[in-house]
Amino acid sequence: MAVGSVATRSRAARRSWTQSAIGSWVTTTDHKKIGIMYIYTAFFFFLFGGVLALLIRTQLMTADNHLVTPEQYDQIFTMHATIMIFLFMMPIWTGFGNYLIPLMIGARDMAFPRINALGYWLFLIGGIILTLSFVFNAAPNAGWFSYAPLTEATPTCLTQATTTAQAAAAAAAQAAANGGQGCFSPGQNPDFWIAGINVLGLASLTGAINFVVTILRMRAPGMTINRMPLFGWMTMVTSFLLIFALPSLTVASMMLLFDRHLGTHFFQASQGGDPLLWQHLFWSFGHPEVYILILPAFGIISEVLPVFSGKPIFGYTFVAWSGVAIGFLSFTVWAHHMFAVGLPPLAQAFFASSTTLIAIPTAVKIFNWVATVYGGKVRFTTSMLFGLGFVSMFLIGGLNGAALAVVPFDYQVTDTYFVVAHIHYVLFGGSVMALMAGIYYWFPKMSGRKLNEPLGKIQFWLWMVGLNAAFFPMHILGLLGMPRRQYTYPAGLGWSDLNLLSTLGVYTIAIGVLIFLGNFFWTMMTQKRNAGNDPWNAFTLEWATTSPPPVENFVTIPVVRSRRPFYDMKHPEAPDWKTEH
Amino acid sequence: MLLKPTRRRAASMLPLLIALLLAGCGDTNVQDVNHTPNMLIPQGPIALQESNLFWMILIISTVVFVLVVSALLYSIVRFRARPGMPEPTQTHGNTKIEIAWTVVPSLVLVGVLIATITTMFNIQQPAAPNTITVNAVGHQWWWEFDYPTQGNSQKFVTADEMWIPTNTVVHINLISNNVIHSFWVPELGGKTDVIPGHDNEMWIQADRSGWYRGECGEYCGTQHAHMDFLVHAVSPSAYQAWVTQQQQVAAQPTDALAQAGAKYFAASACIGCHAIDGVTTTDQSKLIGPNLTHFGARKYIAGGVLENTPTNLAAWLHNPQSVKDGVDMPDLGLTNDQINELVAYLDSLQ
Repeated sequence: MAVGSVATRSRAARRSWTQSAIGSWVTTTDHKKIGIMYIYTAFFFFLFGGVLALLIRTQLMTADNHLVTPEQYDQIFTMHATIMIFLFMMPIWTGFGNYLIPLMIGARDMAFPRINALGYWLFLIGGIILTLSFVFNAAPNAGWFSYAPLTEATPTCLTQATTTAQAAAAAAAQAAANGGQGCFSPGQNPDFWIAGINVLGLASLTGAINFVVTILRMRAPGMTINRMPLFGWMTMVTSFLLIFALPSLTVASMMLLFDRHLGTHFFQASQGGDPLLWQHLFWSFGHPEVYILILPAFGIISEVLPVFSGKPIFGYTFVAWSGVAIGFLSFTVWAHHMFAVGLPPLAQAFFASSTTLIAIPTAVKIFNWVATVYGGKVRFTTSMLFGLGFVSMFLIGGLNGAALAVVPFDYQVTDTYFVVAHIHYVLFGGSVMALMAGIYYWFPKMSGRKLNEPLGKIQFWLWMVGLNAAFFPMHILGLLGMPRRQYTYPAGLGWSDLNLLSTLGVYTIAIGVLIFLGNFFWTMMTQKRNAGNDPWNAFTLEWATTSPPPVENFVTIPVVRSRRPFYDMKHPEAPDWKTEH
Repeated sequence: MLLKPTRRRAASMLPLLIALLLAGCGDTNVQDVNHTPNMLIPQGPIALQESNLFWMILIISTVVFVLVVSALLYSIVRFRARPGMPEPTQTHGNTKIEIAWTVVPSLVLVGVLIATITTMFNIQQPAAPNTITVNAVGHQWWWEFDYPTQGNSQKFVTADEMWIPTNTVVHINLISNNVIHSFWVPELGGKTDVIPGHDNEMWIQADRSGWYRGECGEYCGTQHAHMDFLVHAVSPSAYQAWVTQQQQVAAQPTDALAQAGAKYFAASACIGCHAIDGVTTTDQSKLIGPNLTHFGARKYIAGGVLENTPTNLAAWLHNPQSVKDGVDMPDLGLTNDQINELVAYLDSLQ
């Protein structure tokens, strides 16, 4: 009797815990709640990485500045990129995918809800590991691609208690001069990077497999793959890229771990290893990774532009399959990050060609987006402004990216601020602008409330001005010979004014971020959930359910006959399935 | 809405804008040691071909940008939603147009690719046979330049400054026994990485005399920012004179202060890391500091961190760590007298 009553009480206690405010989030396997947790956590890391960006730009605002020490600067720039890529951009796309994919394809949840929850918690743990590195004053400091042998150490040098970093460096130099193994990172910095990246990799892998299975197996009746929303296509391609690209990173980082702690020498040239092996392994992950960061943005733009132009996407098939083409080609271009390493000319010619080839499907997408707007009925919502901003800014990122495929020019500008300009036009002008388009677009669906439109437009214009002031001068700095990853630079080289302008641009972006945060809190605290189910007159299934959607999403699973099922429901007189081909 | 025409005008003026900015940025006098290393004012055949490619890409990119953004701006202005506007025609696409805008950029890109690959093969090998060879050795964080024995010329070792004859192909072997560096002189040509275990090589040529700023182009640790060097291109006769001078062992100091410095140098920890030809006996390749035989004639100290003046050198010797955080050279706890003696001695090493 007593035993039974204890069991009853603990069952009751468990139920109330899972129904409590915190417990319902911690124990949830609902794709929408998991998606929201991903988005909040990733956005926190966006702010964290943004503070690091402000530190970088404040340090570089004037020549010969000593705001931070070189050791701090190296940690700051490495963690800025690591956080923005692995803790912000990748997980926030997973968050959007989680929330939206089941709704868009008319499913009740992801294929594996518990693995979905596991993925989120692994992401959080990976984020905590990387964040803790700051507490131990051992944040990764070798750049986000952690080139060996700069990250190398030996088990012996790691256990020797060296008194100062300077003594360790001198000992490493002496060992290297005598043909011994190098110990260039005697601190724990690379170990934090390896641990964090691998936990995050596992999180991404679980998410990717879940997306692939969900998309391939759980679409609503009638939704053939060719009727799936383009955000679904892009998430599917991204997921395949993750599944095939991540193992390379895992292998490389494990080899580095073995070098450092078990005395192997995969990347130690003096012992017969090869530093270039790291670069090949890293970039065969690293280039698909760039597309992992941008393809979901393509997906969002392909949802937002049609709705606010009042027309279907122009050339659905081209847009979908150009994404697939980009996915395949992204595995053939990795050595364009390595044109200066002295590869044979024929190999360089191959990678220049494949990189040129990948520009074609990208160009096709841009033309299709412009054609989508052409002939429409264009509504200038904040979401649409960010979408249009994306097209023009990503265009610059595409053009200066194609310039980097011009090998002899790349010899000059690789590892300069020109590359920094390129990556920020792609990832900020591209991915983050698309993210904002997505946030303003789906916020009413997720919360039932519309974000404030005038504040959103102020944010948009601050960002457009700020990002061009911040990143356009970086092209010129590169052309004027300024290498990236320098903690300071001398006066008198013509670099000072452009750096100042760039810093002011980043401050302008930061003001825009503050306005966004203000908008978010104001909306959440003061606005009622009165946005309605379909505030934008949209086309896809997520708008056919309530805002926010109920558990399990739909009362009855809709039957799909075209690419715009919700448009068909609203226009029974002229549904898409009569005209689509 | 207000900003859109402005944006369009700015876009069409982009190349002009960039040219103006570049011309207005910094000092372009190549005789000045501290002038802007602007890759678009090329001083040698490689940099010239690379900058020609840049102008080609800039023009193509600008045309594409203006066309696409104009089409976008036209669309959003012409088709902006107005009261009473009917619903737009639900166009799903047009295969012919889409094939056209797949093919046209492909043709442009093939053209760019042909120019790319042609230029790339053109600059791999110099037109003339190489006449001098230099080994550039990357250290954390300074450059050693070994001039090996070639022809009648005996080998010698220097640091931070690489002198070359004008209008002459200079073949460079790139060596590192530590981390990866990258050898880069923007006005003379693009960079090549210096990778342990890989015997990379490159060539440069300067068309006219001048001081050209060189930099490490690959992040190589704490003081990557201070791994600069100078390439000094001089007439072939001036180059020969410099070589002859560099091949001499260190000069014997004449004034008393410098003599005291020489005595202290030879008896102190300095020789554990630094060679001075004619004074020290350790093999240079086993030492981790730069060869100081002709230190007094150099423009900068320690990878460009300071100008080589007596005051700066004294500050450096007082505590290298406070000048260049993380450098291999420790604070040796020298007294002011010792520092003054060493400064006098090192500056006498012309």
